[in-house]
Amino acid sequence: MIVETGHYALVLALAIALLQSIIPFWGARINHASLMLVGVSTALSQFLFLSVSFAALSYAYLTSDFSVLNVADNSNSAMPLIYKLSGVWGNHEGSMLLWSLILSLFGALIAVFGRALPAPLRADSIAVQGLIGAAFLLFIIMTSNPFARLLPAPAEGQDLNPILQDPGLAIHPPLLYLGYVGFSIVFSFAAAALIGGRIDAAWARFVRPFALVAWCFLTLGIAMGSYWAYYTLGWGGFWFWDPVENASLMPWLAGSAFVHSVAVMEKNGSLKVWTIFLAILAFSFSLLGTFLVRSGVLSSVHAFANDPQRGVAILMILSFFILSALALFAWRAPLLKQGGIFAPISREGALVLNNLLLTTSCATVLIGTLYPLVVEELTGDKITVGAPFFNMTCGVLMLGLFLLTPFGFSLSWKRGDLYGVSQRLFAAIAIGLLGFIIVLALDHEASVMATLAVAIGLLIIFGTFTEIWIRLQRGGRHWAQIRQRAFGLPLSFWGGALAHLGAGVGLLGLASSGFGVEVVTTLQRGQPVKVAGYELVLDAILPRNGPNFNETVAQMSLFKQGQKIAVLEPSKRQFSARQMSTSQAGIETIQFGQFYVSISAPETPDSVPAQLYWKPFVTFIWLGACLMAFGGAVSLADRQLRLRSADQTGRAAPATAKA
Amino acid sequence: MTKKILSLSFAVALLLATQALTWAVQPNEILSDPALEARARALSAELRCLVCQNESIDESHADLARDLRLLIRERIVQGQSNAEIRDFLVSRYGDFILLNPPFKPTTWLLWLSPVMILLLGGWAIMQATGRRPIPPAPLTADEERQLKALQSTPPSSRHSGDV
Repeated sequence: MIVETGHYALVLALAIALLQSIIPFWGARINHASLMLVGVSTALSQFLFLSVSFAALSYAYLTSDFSVLNVADNSNSAMPLIYKLSGVWGNHEGSMLLWSLILSLFGALIAVFGRALPAPLRADSIAVQGLIGAAFLLFIIMTSNPFARLLPAPAEGQDLNPILQDPGLAIHPPLLYLGYVGFSIVFSFAAAALIGGRIDAAWARFVRPFALVAWCFLTLGIAMGSYWAYYTLGWGGFWFWDPVENASLMPWLAGSAFVHSVAVMEKNGSLKVWTIFLAILAFSFSLLGTFLVRSGVLSSVHAFANDPQRGVAILMILSFFILSALALFAWRAPLLKQGGIFAPISREGALVLNNLLLTTSCATVLIGTLYPLVVEELTGDKITVGAPFFNMTCGVLMLGLFLLTPFGFSLSWKRGDLYGVSQRLFAAIAIGLLGFIIVLALDHEASVMATLAVAIGLLIIFGTFTEIWIRLQRGGRHWAQIRQRAFGLPLSFWGGALAHLGAGVGLLGLASSGFGVEVVTTLQRGQPVKVAGYELVLDAILPRNGPNFNETVAQMSLFKQGQKIAVLEPSKRQFSARQMSTSQAGIETIQFGQFYVSISAPETPDSVPAQLYWKPFVTFIWLGACLMAFGGAVSLADRQLRLRSADQTGRAAPATAKA
Repeated sequence: MTKKILSLSFAVALLLATQALTWAVQPNEILSDPALEARARALSAELRCLVCQNESIDESHADLARDLRLLIRERIVQGQSNAEIRDFLVSRYGDFILLNPPFKPTTWLLWLSPVMILLLGGWAIMQATGRRPIPPAPLTADEERQLKALQSTPPSSRHSGDV
């Protein structure tokens, strides 16, 4: 009964989404206030009904109701509770439902927080959000119904794909979807602004927090996914330039460009047309990513629910939204009046360069991902575009971007002084160069890219600190004055500084992968193996039973200078329901580095082939990403505060440009 | 019926995916000379495991990847250069095996696109910013008065525009 309620709520949500996409839009055209307000109630109720629907599916999973086909295919009564719950989105149907739920959540957020907006803008953006929702709900109901019954019900479910039975599944997809789908708001607002023919700094001020929310979640989602791959795929890699990873990287790159350009637009009204274009682009890449992952058009290690027929349906949705948004853009954008002007050497100029490099990287990832498909279609040649290509092209572009980051961050708005900024950054530049020389002196075989990355990472970190210090001591060098300045500086400055520090830290982490130590050997019981100053001893190989798997654990002790510092337990797991095995790495974090062991199937009761790694500073990769997301969140807090204060004082938004 | 086929293909996809789960180079494959072994590792990181999904033969544990790893090591020991080995593999399996696509007519667009986009974007920006800004209209009498009023207020009471 509960399952049918969920199904019914899903169909109702579709009906509501259709109303949401038509009535407020019509209201905005004939300037009818109460019709426009229908958008608010429909957005809220669509979210409510989808929550009911999602809760019903979760209930079916939690109670292991195998009369539901989706549950029977993807769950098992022996699974731990957390995997039963995360199994809800560990399959195609459930993940699309989560996608739609989050989409409607963001629609509801516009309804709740959009009161200060001009009514037509709010109505139109809610309508566009409703239209996207309707398209995806129709898709779910027509091709991917999660509530289909299976009669007679089997006694036991098929189990969740063992690769997905990991805490990573509980966290990674929701974070990623909040990011992916978060850009839908930005898209809807861009479309609404184009329809209304009106865009100004107030638009930027309202959209920026949403873009930051989406960007923060996407950053965390990608970082989480990368760490998940790192500890489960078993060879210690953290980024494979896999099509599915690229699918999440593209909206991130476009979104990063957007959060920078929208800052310029908010500041002085310039870059309007470009910002709108990026808004369309960011969500288009989210849609494209959904298509690439869901359709399985590019086979990849991560796609767990491929279905080409559904792919065509998503392709139609994707083409409809991207093409109509671009058509709208081509039609209306020339009408938008450009705002303020700035000198090429200025913060704005630097942000334009930032956008150029980010979008070029994004385009490179897109072309590299789709190129093999196109070449095969046109010429029949099969080619591969793999990690070496992306590392070289995007690596160079991103290093260039990071090299310029501290300079841009220190330049002043409107008209900057590059020579003065270089002088201010002298110490940071010197530290970067010193790092470069030290690395080269210590490691003659260091790769050029890794060494450059170390230097640039140091430059960003110390450059950002320099800028913070310069700002802090402007009001005087006394402690009390500095503290006062620290609280006086806007949170958006602190947010930007933290995000840039995060980028520097992350870059150091990426660079560190060029300096790890790897040993491939067969471990014999009791015989120590030396890796980068550590000693590893295999103590025992034991069988162990988990809730729904059996594993072979290789127990090892890690010694540093004769002292036992850790016990590692890499294992191989055998899942009986699907007859599949997974491997679990043994990882010990030592300061910021990690000791990483993965094993193969044991050869004898006393020996096991193993890969041992010492990865210095590897955790910087994910710490950096968390710092970036934290910076985004800090910046977000600022925006809300200012919005509230602007409301309270009744200060009007800066002059608007009409089409 | 289609459902069955679909779930079957799903199962096959899963099976393929799980092949990716264990690590690759086995201790018994390793060459005794560390310099040659390092060459073999670097080379195998550039070659695609043909039956896997987006993995190099260095990472894959598929049987084919193992065969190729052994083949590379054999040829390295025989004294062949990296280029010779690569050419041999391309003649056998086509460009598909190279993770780093070769620079040839069908891939010109791929390799040149980042540079072209960068140049095109840079040119577009130059065009957009190189245009002479329209000189601002002279102030009206009313605005002159406002400006005077602003200039006469002490700076401390003004909002500091520091971001």
